[in-house]
Amino acid sequence: MTSLKEESAQDDPGDTRDGDRDDAYVPSQRRIDREAHKRARARRAAAIAAVSTLVTGVVLYLVVVNAPGWPRTKETFFDWGYAREAFPQVLEGLWLNVRLLLVCGAAVLVLGMLIAIARTLPGPVFFPVRALAAAYTDFFRGLPLIINLMIVVLGVPALRLQGVTVDPVLLGGTALTLTYSAYVAEVFRAGIESVHPSQRAAARSLGLTNRQALRHVVLPQAVRRQVPPLLNDLVSLQKDTGLVSIGGAVDAVRAADIIVGRSLNYTPYIVAGLVFVALTIPMTRFTDWVTARMDRRRAQGGTP
Amino acid sequence: MSESQEQLSTRPPVLRMESVRKTFGDAVVLRNVDLEVAPHTVTALIGASGSGKSTLLRCANLLEEIDDGAIWLDDEEITDPRANQDAVRRRIGVVFQAYNLFPHMTVLENITLAPRRVHGVARAEAEDRARELLERLGLGDKAGEYPDRLSGGQQQRVAIVRALAVRPRLLLLDEITAALDPELVGEVLTVVRDLKDDGMTMVLATHEMGFAREVADQVCFLDGGVVLERGTAEQVFGDPQQERTRRFLRRIVDAGRL
Repeated sequence: MTSLKEESAQDDPGDTRDGDRDDAYVPSQRRIDREAHKRARARRAAAIAAVSTLVTGVVLYLVVVNAPGWPRTKETFFDWGYAREAFPQVLEGLWLNVRLLLVCGAAVLVLGMLIAIARTLPGPVFFPVRALAAAYTDFFRGLPLIINLMIVVLGVPALRLQGVTVDPVLLGGTALTLTYSAYVAEVFRAGIESVHPSQRAAARSLGLTNRQALRHVVLPQAVRRQVPPLLNDLVSLQKDTGLVSIGGAVDAVRAADIIVGRSLNYTPYIVAGLVFVALTIPMTRFTDWVTARMDRRRAQGGTP
Repeated sequence: MSESQEQLSTRPPVLRMESVRKTFGDAVVLRNVDLEVAPHTVTALIGASGSGKSTLLRCANLLEEIDDGAIWLDDEEITDPRANQDAVRRRIGVVFQAYNLFPHMTVLENITLAPRRVHGVARAEAEDRARELLERLGLGDKAGEYPDRLSGGQQQRVAIVRALAVRPRLLLLDEITAALDPELVGEVLTVVRDLKDDGMTMVLATHEMGFAREVADQVCFLDGGVVLERGTAEQVFGDPQQERTRRFLRRIVDAGRL
């Protein structure tokens, strides 16, 4: 055994590259020319991109501004005065959207995971659980969210059940959670199925039970792999929280709605829309960053 | 060698297979396979790819369900549907061709998972034992690394440590050097040699004929799912009785592998 110890010192993969050693390296003329050419090409590409963007922008501007209805449109959708009036109220309403996102997001992740696990349970005992979970995802992925919202937000209070809330925020959040859990469950399930069977075989061969193998080996890898699509669904949830306004909850959309109803000017909608975009941009950028990082790791031969 | 042959007949076997049959759809992968593995002996399964070596090992560990026949581990029939499969697997260690380390865990976590979760060993104790085994296999400084930072030979040695950490009764090695670069094969085979010296009972499927000849007490040549020839390494490699065995070994020699 002692002989092996010496060997392992040599086969350490993190050894230094030869670039660190030859300090006397002087770039050849060939390399200098090649790099000068590459820089010139990059400058040309940047110049073309700038001109192309400018031309596209000008054309779009001219088309919009010269449209026959532009003066009216400008007045009803882009009125600076109404924008200033709407902004603080929309922002106040947005706080409700943010809270909804946080609570529903957490609930969706938990419920989605439970449904995904239910769908992968083996054995005849769990047949009804599997069937129910499958029916749930089929139903709520197919049902348009807006119809789901109307049924829950308007239908549940109509039942006049004792002790059941009629709060449009709670009911709206419930509807969002129902629909998004179905999507997220499918994301988790795809993740579980993407873990190679040999991982489960290795876990089982160590004597882990099916449950232990799922908990310690399969799920951690499945969740890690599915982070980009999960974040994508959360971005989508973030903007769909705006739909709870149909039940009368005063969120950013509803706040804009109130002003529109009073003034008959649509500028507040534009403000609300831009506020949502501004809210989702950090999240989408974060998603892109995580995805790129994981792709990079995979390209290096690592497993995410 | 004659001594171990004697042991084969006198001591109760660790693993015994009788008339095992395994099919995948229409393909018959194992046909009427008998096998006995005596304690503290090494059995080498040789044969072409697709001859059934890996399937035989997977059946022994209940990763595949057999169609007919029976398998015993220490006098307990493990193919009895009432047998506790998890309990059986706890007593058998497996090392796979593709290592199958858990990529999201460090080396130490890979090794201590089963002792802690399955055998209820306290964390500190499990880690001490893991470090001791890693040290023995020349991997003392790799405990905190993730598998993708290790070379293939190091990963395979970690996989061996992981299998040993639960103190198995029997170790199954499924072509454990087949995925390795040639220069890394030696470090893994050295570990197997040392395990043999420690008295570990092992069954290994292998393409390393020289190694099989050197360490195996019993060699089985599989062909088309049948154990066509068996005996000591001397008998099977030195004086094969079957024409197919001779042809297989000739091909191996021609390829410079023996």
